[in-house]
Amino acid sequence: MEIVRREKTGADDFKVRQRRAQQMLRGELEGEDLEQHVRESIVTTTLDKAVGWARGNALFPMTFGLACCAIEMMSIVASRVDVARFGFEAFRASPRQADLLIISGRVSIKMAPVVRRIYDQMLEPKYSIAMGACSSSMGVFNNYAIVPADKFMPVDVHVPGCPPRPEALMHGILRLRSMIQDDPSLGWRERYNAVGTEELVPEAPTDSPDVNVYPPGDTAGA
Amino acid sequence: MTDVSEYRRQEDALDVNVPRQPVVQGEGVEQELLTINFGPHHPATHGVLRLLVHLEGEVVRDLKPIIGYVHTGIEKTAEDKSYWKVVPIVERMDYLAYYFNAMAYCGAVETLLGVEVPKRAQYLRVMHLELNRIMSHLVWLGTSALDLGAISMFWYCFRERETILDLFEMSSGQRMHTRYIQVGGVIEDIPAGFAERVRAFCEVMPDRIDSYRDLLEKNEIVLQRLRNVGALGQDELLELGVTGPLLRSAGHPWDLRKAMPYSSYDDFDFKIPVGTLGDNYDRFFVRIAEMYESVKIIEQCLDGLPEGPHITEDRKVALPPRWELATSMEALIHHFKLVTEGFRVPPGEAYYPIESPRGELGCFVRSDGSSKPARVHMRDPSFVNLQATAPMVKDLYIADMIATLAALDPILGGIDR
Amino acid sequence: MPDATGLELLAQELRESQPDGVRDTEHFRGKAALHVDPAAVRATLLFLREKGFEFLASVHGLDYYPQEPRLGVQYELLSMANLDRITVKLRVPTDAARVESVTPDWPTANHQEREVFDMFGVVFEGHPDLRRILMPEDYEGFPQRRDFPIGGEPVLFTRDEAFGRDYTA
Repeated sequence: MEIVRREKTGADDFKVRQRRAQQMLRGELEGEDLEQHVRESIVTTTLDKAVGWARGNALFPMTFGLACCAIEMMSIVASRVDVARFGFEAFRASPRQADLLIISGRVSIKMAPVVRRIYDQMLEPKYSIAMGACSSSMGVFNNYAIVPADKFMPVDVHVPGCPPRPEALMHGILRLRSMIQDDPSLGWRERYNAVGTEELVPEAPTDSPDVNVYPPGDTAGA
Repeated sequence: MTDVSEYRRQEDALDVNVPRQPVVQGEGVEQELLTINFGPHHPATHGVLRLLVHLEGEVVRDLKPIIGYVHTGIEKTAEDKSYWKVVPIVERMDYLAYYFNAMAYCGAVETLLGVEVPKRAQYLRVMHLELNRIMSHLVWLGTSALDLGAISMFWYCFRERETILDLFEMSSGQRMHTRYIQVGGVIEDIPAGFAERVRAFCEVMPDRIDSYRDLLEKNEIVLQRLRNVGALGQDELLELGVTGPLLRSAGHPWDLRKAMPYSSYDDFDFKIPVGTLGDNYDRFFVRIAEMYESVKIIEQCLDGLPEGPHITEDRKVALPPRWELATSMEALIHHFKLVTEGFRVPPGEAYYPIESPRGELGCFVRSDGSSKPARVHMRDPSFVNLQATAPMVKDLYIADMIATLAALDPILGGIDR
Repeated sequence: MPDATGLELLAQELRESQPDGVRDTEHFRGKAALHVDPAAVRATLLFLREKGFEFLASVHGLDYYPQEPRLGVQYELLSMANLDRITVKLRVPTDAARVESVTPDWPTANHQEREVFDMFGVVFEGHPDLRRILMPEDYEGFPQRRDFPIGGEPVLFTRDEAFGRDYTA
């Protein structure tokens, strides 16, 4: 087997690069050195890709643990499979501040409207991961009491397992991250051909007292 | 703008001094109670628990828990599967104490069958049960300290938990819901090297628990938040059916492992930590002290582990070992029968209670002679302990209510089943 | 556990105070059980409380389909002082599924009786707040009865639904 060794040029050496960056920050690079440094250290890309990269690396998952999978979700925050390496350790409790809903656990019929309401409260762009077998596909319990998450909300990534290992969940989150970085579309309705399925807010009731009518004096008689 | 809008006129017409729901009256003063919904999705309720809290200012006057948000119909599903297939179903009830769920169920089925569990299997069961107890208390401690604001406990406790899960993975292949305990014994004997790893863990663990205790025991904030908060006396707890560390912290030394020993617990020498006041502080430290005792039990288990089969030799109940299938026709037939239909249990009803990390976990199994159970019911300790929440938090602040809920250690999977 | 003779003595004493209360005694695998008439359950539990069984560990229901009477309710009692357990069992038919609630005497039975009501439809008279506890409040049917279907539904993943694939038919 032939081993090829490259000569260590000035650009490869870490210490040299560090020194150069230091000089750049201090404003000590001049002329040709400056040109070379800029050529080596700046990355050019499209704005979409840059925004996608930033968006993918700045996910705020929501604290949404339902059952056993929640314990493994807590494990990814813990030190062995550290989700803070990727920047996802800021689990937000409020749906308004979160953009990733990890449905970890079995969704019962009593809980399904609650989950849907929380998902609706999240702001676009939002993503969801169905963690575990129960939320993805009924899992071990195929019975009257559970609903698969796909029935009432869109799911981007399904992570199988009962419960999935923290590494598996991490793999799912990273898969989602690469999906986000590739796909610039914002709303889930664009992603899943569901434009036009918005709920129509019913008309204001016609027999309400005048206090609910603005501008005043225009009674809603019709 | 001289013309005041309708909206502004409405707002000015509101009089906040006129209460809309006068509830509390005294000395000419009327106050209203505010009903707040601690929804099923809340960072501080341990799982999907919904609480309707009636507040007077910031003081809790009444509390109603509403459950059922993770009801999975486990008991109904269990009626549809053969006896050995029910073990993974039932394990997912109290999802932090999965060995205990399996143990209670297998104990009930073994009572109905009348099979005897070999001594080695009993010791292995005890070892895994105590490891699970430590793990459950660690998760509880991490999340409860998180509720109080001591965030670093979470990371420490989960680090120990990873070590224990490595041990579970070594013995059964799965981290959680291992279906290690089967009817008649355990599914597999422990592999080579397991005993050394467990011993290494037992050597390190007491020091770690010492450091966790030191972090919290004399901490001024912990003392202020937990001492004399949420105390409930023994008699009231017994009336409400509360068992486990909650009862022991009130001073009543009831532990099924000592009182009505099962699975060779009487071979081991350990103490039962008991509190004095029954407040949140005692509940915290009773559980931490229980972890020491569990480590002792595991060490004694390893020291005294007898030789023998790891599951009952009754081929009608337990799978024959793989090497026998090549030589014996009967073993093949038994294997086939057990895997396809499962064993049949003579008709009867049995209730098998054990001591889980949260209290008395009892499994009721009714068999009607077929190969599927006719009824499986778990008397889950958290379900019964939840009824004690309302008396405990009466006249406490909201923050104390959160701390009390944490000290209660509810596991919604067990509550809702 | 009270052994067989102890159980018979208990049953005898109980029969003295309530002649029609005790229907049967059962001693199975070392565990004692009393089969009682549904009307006498509260008095039986109070009698057993005086005998030392002061802790009601569990109230659970079951469905004996197809044997009649179909619905059963069982009470597990524990005596911490004597280290004893005893079960009280009763049966009610589906069309007259009413049992007197023991919650006024044993506060621990509150949620447990609600669960039996929710899952089997046994109405506990005298219960302070009898409504569904595990299923949604407006659910119809009693899930854990043996003739209730187990349910379950096919799953169609979001991506497949979005692109028109349907494999659940």
